[in-house]
Amino acid sequence: MSEGKGPDSELLKTPLDSVHRGLGARMVPFAGYEMPVQYSGLMEEHKAVRGVAGLFDVSHMGEFEIRGPGAASLVDRVSPSRISALEEGRVAYSCLTTEKGTFVDDILAYRLAPERFLLVVNASNRIKDLAWIESHAEDLDVVIEDQSLETGLIAVQGPRARALVSGLAEGFDGMAVKYYRIVEGKIAGCPVRASRTGYTGELGYEIFTSNGDAPKVWNALLDAGRADGVLPCGLGARDSLRLEAALPLYGNDIDETTSVLEAGLEFTIDWDKSDFIGKAALEAERERGATRHRVGFEIVGRGIARQGNPALVEGSPAGCVCSGTFSPTLEKAIGMAYLPSSVPAEGHDFEIDVRGRRLPARTVPMPFYKRPKKRPNKGPEGKKG
Amino acid sequence: MPRAEDCKYTKDHEWLLIEGDTATVGITDFAQQELGDIVYVNMGDAGRNVSEGDEIGEIESVKAVAEVYAPLTGEITEINESLGDHPEVVNSDPLGEGWLVKMKLSDPGVVDKMMTLEDYRKFLSEEAH
Repeated sequence: MSEGKGPDSELLKTPLDSVHRGLGARMVPFAGYEMPVQYSGLMEEHKAVRGVAGLFDVSHMGEFEIRGPGAASLVDRVSPSRISALEEGRVAYSCLTTEKGTFVDDILAYRLAPERFLLVVNASNRIKDLAWIESHAEDLDVVIEDQSLETGLIAVQGPRARALVSGLAEGFDGMAVKYYRIVEGKIAGCPVRASRTGYTGELGYEIFTSNGDAPKVWNALLDAGRADGVLPCGLGARDSLRLEAALPLYGNDIDETTSVLEAGLEFTIDWDKSDFIGKAALEAERERGATRHRVGFEIVGRGIARQGNPALVEGSPAGCVCSGTFSPTLEKAIGMAYLPSSVPAEGHDFEIDVRGRRLPARTVPMPFYKRPKKRPNKGPEGKKG
Repeated sequence: MPRAEDCKYTKDHEWLLIEGDTATVGITDFAQQELGDIVYVNMGDAGRNVSEGDEIGEIESVKAVAEVYAPLTGEITEINESLGDHPEVVNSDPLGEGWLVKMKLSDPGVVDKMMTLEDYRKFLSEEAH
């Protein structure tokens, strides 16, 4: 159930709407918002993020603050992770689970203070998630505040992101913010929270602002980065980047019919936790073994598989593609599919039915793309001698 | 490279350059812009007889797939094979090196009823509203 999808319903605008129009973005309806899908071109934006850095408006994402004496109990109840064990200023990738052990949503959970948590949820699930969390909070002393419509969120992603953010950081050391941590400070005089997270497979930040400050922060980042080739990037590049990094997208790769184990996201589960929604179902599934799993694949030869294309193993229908695209970095068609657990996740040949044509595919390890780590003292190109 | 004003156009955003009973077919600049970065072109094989409106191939960008329809009835006599390795040429030169197929038309007379460049521009501006 996502709001604002019909052509007649009113689409929401992010606080950066007029900035996007000024930059010549092509706007499309997405998750109830009018969002930029591309500016200069998907491929160019994708490559900017891999090579330099890109700016994304992700203000459509939902933000819930959960605070009070019962806050830790609530976040531990609705998610399979032990979010209550996070130290202040730390972040965890997690999910909200149904009783069946499937996904209500996937989330980022932040501990801002001992009794204060921030959950970042998918825009398309915001209303559903809020109702879900509230329905499980009735016996707890908590306040759940939906701050989504008052919050701007700007992602800065790419190898230049650290220098870019650090150069503008006031009151925090951008260089020192470690992976999956959040700090407070200012950019362009505006109060922000900077989180070392992202959805591209690159080093990056997601910067929370007020609605009113979002354009000022965006413009400061873009102005400071433009000479280096930093580009504004749309949803199109965001999707191809996250898929190269094999990061799941709610609605494609995970939903209320896919279990946390099938999706390969067992790392979000703390089995030692006394209880959480869906624990019994997931324990039972772990016991008997998941019947299918999310695997990465590439197309052998030409053609591109897309979401919904049937997969055939040894000639018989055996699953479905959940995400597929052409990878601008690898210059081949890649994707993810749910296949029977008996199919090896690496090196197994199968076929995908693309509009009646059977394309040969092969399972490959995920992620498809891993950012190069800096190697010390290997010379300018990191060459081996 | 043909001049845009010498071509005929379809509502599916294809252009045709007619020379006798042969038509060179491609997609318009508007269509390539809408599709974005093209990464795959599959127009099948030459030698097929097709009817107007038949799906004769597909063009994929990173984000989307678009079907290509036969603009008229006839035989596909040639495929632009170079697009196999360089599909991006459809973006950079849609009216020239990015042509898709050549056709031998069954009834070359019907091209007179097709849209001219002026008609197509009018069609685009109407579609935008």
